[in-house]
Amino acid sequence: MNGHKRGAVSFHRVRKDFGSFTAIHDLDLEIEPGELVTLLGPSGCGKTTTLRMLAGLESPSSGEIHIGGQDVTRLPANRRDVSMVFQSYALFPHMSVAQNVAYGLESGGTKPRQAMSMAEKGLDLVGLAGMADRLPSELSGGQQQRVAVARALVLEPQVLLLDEPLSNLDARLRRRVRTEIRDLQQRLGFTAVYVTHDQEEALAVSDRIVVMQGGRIAQQGTPRELYETPASEFIADFIGEANVIDCVVEAVANGSARIAVGNLRQEMVARGATPGPAKLAVRANAIRLLPGPGALSGRVLSAAYLGDHMEYEVETENVRLFVIAPEDDRTLSRGDPVSLEFRPRGLALIA
Amino acid sequence: MQRDNRRLDVLLLAALVCFVLLPWYHIRGGFFGLGWVADWRSDPDLWPGIAQLSRFWLWPLPILAGAAVALRLLCPAGRPRGTLLLTIGALGLAWMIVEGLSIGLRGWNWSLLEAMFGDVNGQPAFGAGAVGLGLCFAGMIAFGLAERGALKGDAFVIGAITLLVFLVTVFVLYPLVSMFTGAFQDFRGAFTTEGVRNNIGDPQVWSLRCVTGSGGCGVAWRTLLLAVCTATGTTALGLAFALVATRTGMPFKKGLRLLTVLPIITPPFVIGLSLILMFGRAGFMTELIEDVTGWQLGRWLYGLTGIWIAQMLSFTPIAFLVLIGVVEGVSPSMEEASQTMRAGRWRTFRKVSLPLMAPGLANAFLIGFIESMADFGNPLVLGGSGGVLSTEIFFAVVGAQHDPARAAVLAMILLCFTLSAFLAQRLWLGRRSFATLSGKGDGGRHAHLPRRVAVPVIAVVAGWSVFTISVYGMIMFGGFVRVWGLDHSLTLAHFERAFSISVTDGIAWTGVAWNSFWTTMKIALIAAPLTAAVGLLTAWLIVRQRFPGRTAFEFALMLSFAIPGTVIGISYISAFNLPPLQMTGTALILIFCFVFRNMPVGVRGGVAAMAQLDKSLDEASMTLGASSPRTLRKVILPLLRPAILAALVYSFVRAITSISAVIFLVSAKYNMATAYIVGLVENGEYGVAIAYSTVLIVVMISVIGVFQLLVGERRLRRGPGNARKAAARRTEEVPA
Repeated sequence: MNGHKRGAVSFHRVRKDFGSFTAIHDLDLEIEPGELVTLLGPSGCGKTTTLRMLAGLESPSSGEIHIGGQDVTRLPANRRDVSMVFQSYALFPHMSVAQNVAYGLESGGTKPRQAMSMAEKGLDLVGLAGMADRLPSELSGGQQQRVAVARALVLEPQVLLLDEPLSNLDARLRRRVRTEIRDLQQRLGFTAVYVTHDQEEALAVSDRIVVMQGGRIAQQGTPRELYETPASEFIADFIGEANVIDCVVEAVANGSARIAVGNLRQEMVARGATPGPAKLAVRANAIRLLPGPGALSGRVLSAAYLGDHMEYEVETENVRLFVIAPEDDRTLSRGDPVSLEFRPRGLALIA
Repeated sequence: MQRDNRRLDVLLLAALVCFVLLPWYHIRGGFFGLGWVADWRSDPDLWPGIAQLSRFWLWPLPILAGAAVALRLLCPAGRPRGTLLLTIGALGLAWMIVEGLSIGLRGWNWSLLEAMFGDVNGQPAFGAGAVGLGLCFAGMIAFGLAERGALKGDAFVIGAITLLVFLVTVFVLYPLVSMFTGAFQDFRGAFTTEGVRNNIGDPQVWSLRCVTGSGGCGVAWRTLLLAVCTATGTTALGLAFALVATRTGMPFKKGLRLLTVLPIITPPFVIGLSLILMFGRAGFMTELIEDVTGWQLGRWLYGLTGIWIAQMLSFTPIAFLVLIGVVEGVSPSMEEASQTMRAGRWRTFRKVSLPLMAPGLANAFLIGFIESMADFGNPLVLGGSGGVLSTEIFFAVVGAQHDPARAAVLAMILLCFTLSAFLAQRLWLGRRSFATLSGKGDGGRHAHLPRRVAVPVIAVVAGWSVFTISVYGMIMFGGFVRVWGLDHSLTLAHFERAFSISVTDGIAWTGVAWNSFWTTMKIALIAAPLTAAVGLLTAWLIVRQRFPGRTAFEFALMLSFAIPGTVIGISYISAFNLPPLQMTGTALILIFCFVFRNMPVGVRGGVAAMAQLDKSLDEASMTLGASSPRTLRKVILPLLRPAILAALVYSFVRAITSISAVIFLVSAKYNMATAYIVGLVENGEYGVAIAYSTVLIVVMISVIGVFQLLVGERRLRRGPGNARKAAARRTEEVPA
C-alpha cells in the first residue's frame, strides 16, 4: 500500500444500477487524505448508495473505487480499511458497550484483553469512560451515537463513513455532537465521508461539500463556494434557501456587475458574469423591506412571527419572494405595500 | 489472494482424502459403524476410489481433480482461475451424476446404453468417498464463483447456497423425479406406459357413481370431498374459537391458547384411536346409545364420517392458530371508526370485521384442505374399506398388490390437489391481506361480539372443548383399562408390557416399546439440530443475501410444505433403494427425511425472526471487519436464540409424532415409535398402543414445558421494565 496516499479515496466512472433504475451515473470523485467531505442532497439522490459502495455494502455495476491507492472495487466490506457509523447506530443489543467497541478489533485478530483496553481508550475519547459495562439499551440516544463513533474509530480506519449520524438526535444535541465529530476529525486527522440531507449540518462540518442530484454530482466545493456561487438554481435553493428571479446584467467592469431587476439597479461582484439576461439568487435574509412604494414595489402576502425574526411572503414583478427579516418595530402586516432592496453580499448570479 | 488459496488447499486435500483413503462404494453394514475396517484388506468393494480404476468410467474424476490441483499450483487466484475452477467442479459433478445414474448394480441401467456401449460390470451405490468427492466438486463450483467475484466474493455465502441447492436437489427434487420415472418403468427398468395407463383412468380412482346412486365414488373424489368438509368445518370452528378468545368476556380464555399446543404433541392417529374407544363397535358411547335407544349403530365410525370427525378434532387447533392472528390483526380503530359512524355492533361485525377477516378465512380453509389431504394416521386407523388417497398409496406399495406405478400415479394426483391449493394460497391470497400488523400501537380495544353472535359461538366453543377434552381424557384413561369394551378393571399391565425394566444384572430394557422408543429419541435428537441449522441458514440466505434465483429458491422450499408425507415416503423409497444412492433401511434416510420435511418450518420461523433484526446490524459487523461466518455466529445467532430454540423443539417433536413418511422408511433395525404403535393398532392391541401414545405425549409436553421455561426466563432477564409494561397492558385488557 502507498504510505503517502493513506486515506485518499477515488471513484472512477462508478455506475450503479438497480434493475433498470440507474442510481449513480458515472461518478468521478477524488477525496484528499484528512479531508471531511459531505455528500449532500435530497432523498433518492444517490448519496447513501455512494457511501455504501465505498463501504463495500453495495458493489458498483461498473467503474473502480480506490482507497489509499488500492483498488477495492471487488473487496467485500469486511476486508476494506473503512468503518462506518450507521444512521440507526446498529449497536449490537446483546453486547455491552465495551464489547461493541472491541468487536471490530477482535474481528481483525486483536487479542481479547488488548482489544478491551483499546476499547476503553476509545470510549475515553468520546467521553464515555464509565459506561463500558452497560448495555446499549441503557444509554441515551446521544450516548449511543458516541458509542457508534467510538466503535468505528478504534479501528483507526483510513476512512470513516458517517451515514446521517445525527438524524436520530434532537435539534439541540445535534449541534453539540456535530461539533464533537468535527473536533475529533481535526484532532485525529482521519479522512471522513459524511452523508446528510441537512444543508446546515453540511455547511457546519465540511471541508468540502458534494451536492448530488439524480445520481450525479450537481456541484462540489467549500461551503463558502457553494453558498456564494451556486452553479444552478437547484444548488442555490438547496443550500441556504434562495429566491431565484430573472434579472438583466447591464454592464460588467472591474470585477463588478450592474444588474437590473425591474426598475431596481444594483451593483454586485461579477464573478465572470457577461452582459445579458441572467438568473439571480437572492438569499431570504438579503432582502430588506421598506414600507411604501420604491424602485421595486411589492405587497405583503403573508407574515409570520417567529420570535427572533419575521418571515414574509412578498409579491413583486409577478414573482413571490420569501423574506426573512429581523424582528424590529416596523412589523408589516398582510396587504401592506412595500419596496424592496437587496444587500449585495446575499446575491449570486447563476451561470 | 491468500484466503482464496488457503480454502482451496483445504478443499483439494479433502478431495484427495475422499479419493485415496475413504471407501468409494456403499458399505452394507454402514460406514459409521466402522465394522468395515477389519475386512478392508480382503474385500475389494471396500477399497477407495483410487483402487477402483478398473472401472473405466471413474477415470475422468481423478483427471479433473488433478487438473484442479495443477490449477492451484500454476495459476494465481483471480477471475480466470475462478472460471476454470467452476468448469472443473461442474464437469466433475455432472460426470458423477451421469455415471452414477447410468451404471447400476448389474451394469447399465438403461437398455439403450447397453446397446450402444456393450456390457459393463455393475457398481454398488456411492459410499463415503464418492459422496465426499461430489461435495468437493460442488465446493469447487462455489470457490470458483467466489474467485470470479460473485456476491462480493464471499466464499462462505456462495458455499452455503451451493450446499443448500445441492441438498434440496438430492433430497427433495431427485426423489420426486425418480418416483415419477419409476412409474414409467417395468420391473426390469425398461420404459413402459402400461402401469400409468392402467391407473390414470382407473374407475376406482375417478368413478362418480355415488352421485348417480349406484355404488361408491372414486378415491380421488372421496379425498376431495373429505378435504373440503374438513377445511370448512375447521375454519368455522377455528373462527368461533378465535372470536371467543379475543372478543368475548368468557373466562378461561387463556386455556384456549393451550389448545394450540395439542396438534403439535399428538401423534396423528391418536385421535382416531380414541374415537374408536368411544364410538367404535365396543366403544362405551356406542354401548350407551344402543342400551338407551335400542338402535344398532354398527360400524358407522369406519369411513369418511369417522375420518372427518377425527380430522376436525386434529386440525381445528391449527385453524384457531391461524385465525387468532387474523382476528387480532383487524385494527380496532376500524371497528371504532365504524361505531362512531352510527353502526351498531352487529352491523360493524357484518360490514367491517368479517370482510376484513375474509382473506384470513380463505387462508385457514386452504391450510385445512392441505392438512386433510396429507393426513395419513387418522384414515389408516379409521378408514376401514373406504380409504383416501394417502392410505391407498400406502397399500399400493406395502400391501399384497405391490404396484409402484399405481402408487406413483395416486401420489401424483394427491400432489396435484395439494399443490394447487398451496399455489392458490400463495399467489391469490398473498396479495390480499387486510390484516394491519404495522407494529404500531393502534390503541383501542376490539369491540365485543354482538349478543346474537356471541351466544351461539360460545355454545359451540364450549361444546367442542368438552368433546376435545373427553377425547384426550380417553387417551389417558384407555391405557389403564384391561380389555376395552369387555373388562374395564384398571390395570398397569399395558405400561408394564411396553416399558418394563428388569434390574437383575445391570439394567435390561425388557419392555416391547423400549427399542423403538430409544431409536425415536436418538433419531429425533440427531435430526432436530440439523433441521434447525439448515432451516436457519436458509432463512439467513433468503432474508439477507441477494443472489440470482433467490425468490425461486424460496418458493421451491415453501412448495415442499405442500408435499404430503406419504408422497415423500414413497418417493424416498424409489430414490434411495438402488444405486447411486442407497439408504433404505438405515437411520440416515430417516434423519434426512425429517430434516427436509421439517425444514420449511425452521425457514419460516427464521425468516420471521430475522425480519425483526435491523439489516444495519449485519452491515455494521461487516464494516467492522467481521467475515460473514463471524457475523452469523457473533451477531445473528445470539439475537435469534428464541427462534433457534423454537426450531429445535418443533423439529424434535415433529420427528417423534410424524407417521406418514416414516412408515415407508422404517426397518426392523430402525423402527420408530409411531410406526410401531400403528403396528400395535393393526394387531388390535389397543391397550399397549394407547399406553405408548400417552408416554409419548407426556415426553413431548415436558420437552415443550422446559422450552417455555427457558424462553420465559430470557424475557425476564431482558429487563423488568418490559415485564411490568406487559403486565400493565394485560390489566388494561380486562374490562372494568
